Amino acid sequence: MPLLADLFLQFTLLFFVAFGGASALLPEMQRVVVEEKHWLDETTFIHLYAIAQAAPGPNGLVVTLIGWEVAGLAGAFVSTLAMCLPMSVVIYFLFRHWERFRGAPWQQAVQVGVAPLAVGLVFSGATLIARSAGIGLAGAGLVAATVALSLKTKLHPLWLIALGAAVGALGAV
Amino acid sequence: MAAETAPQASIGLKALFLGFSSIGLSGFGGVLPFARRLLVDERRWLSAEEFNTLLGLCQFLPGPNVINLSVVVGARYRGVAGSVAAVAGLLAGPIVIALALALLYDHYGSLPVVQGMLRGIAAVGCGLLFATAIRMGVAVREKPFLLPFAGLVFVAIALLRWPMPAVMVGLLALSAGIAYWRLQDAAPR
Repeated sequence: MPLLADLFLQFTLLFFVAFGGASALLPEMQRVVVEEKHWLDETTFIHLYAIAQAAPGPNGLVVTLIGWEVAGLAGAFVSTLAMCLPMSVVIYFLFRHWERFRGAPWQQAVQVGVAPLAVGLVFSGATLIARSAGIGLAGAGLVAATVALSLKTKLHPLWLIALGAAVGALGAV
Repeated sequence: MAAETAPQASIGLKALFLGFSSIGLSGFGGVLPFARRLLVDERRWLSAEEFNTLLGLCQFLPGPNVINLSVVVGARYRGVAGSVAAVAGLLAGPIVIALALALLYDHYGSLPVVQGMLRGIAAVGCGLLFATAIRMGVAVREKPFLLPFAGLVFVAIALLRWPMPAVMVGLLALSAGIAYWRLQDAAPR
């Protein structure tokens, strides 16, 4: 299959199972992009994730960057389109009917039932990054400090990201 | 369109594009809080209740939540063109910035100082994800029955590296079934 078509197909499939948003998708994205398709190596994947963190916008934009690294501008365009278009079409036709099912037992059950799965996915994504980012003991300390600051203070994430960049630039992690 | 919603007729494509641009460009580490502030508090394009309902739909369905939300808000005011304008607005600025950073990365990514910065950012990003997972975990309902599913997902996805679609379909059927049973049980008869 041509590369661009394959990019479109893979990212479309990915986002159809993206319960819990793009962050929950990281482990599967890494599995497909790095392990199955060998489009990128592990380090580049983590670097692109870090770049997407440092840029504003939805977390899903890491997909645009993966497309860019794999197939240039056309790759970036095709991957972004695959992230947005298929689900957008579905939701465009669904949203008018949503109100009608509001509070229906099956709807509540799915909403309540999907929550712990999303927790497991985001937790997996975090573990995966910790494992592949090549961070040492100091890096693990930075991870723990971020968790504590994020949960205990109202500090804007941007400050934490800037802190991480500064600590990293000094060669401490 | 349903009568209970009173969309402001005056919101044009340009306003949608620009409004969602400012959401996209101000959103670091999660865009939703910024979307809420602009849509509900500042522009009043949605009431707080409408926002929660639509967000419920966007989180219920797979896909990037904020993009789904842009589609719905755009569609409500201007149909297909509105959806396109909203999503384009949301993504255009961030994509340009992200690609500019990627260009820099392609040129300077091998420098030790850049590698260090990216490692630092990845570590912080990792911490933010753990914090998000903890926050989401606290909000899970029927914890004794449902929280074990988070562990099952972790084993299947992070340790065994099974493909996610099969894992999600299988476990969602089980967890939604248990949630259904628990909710029926808890509901007053």
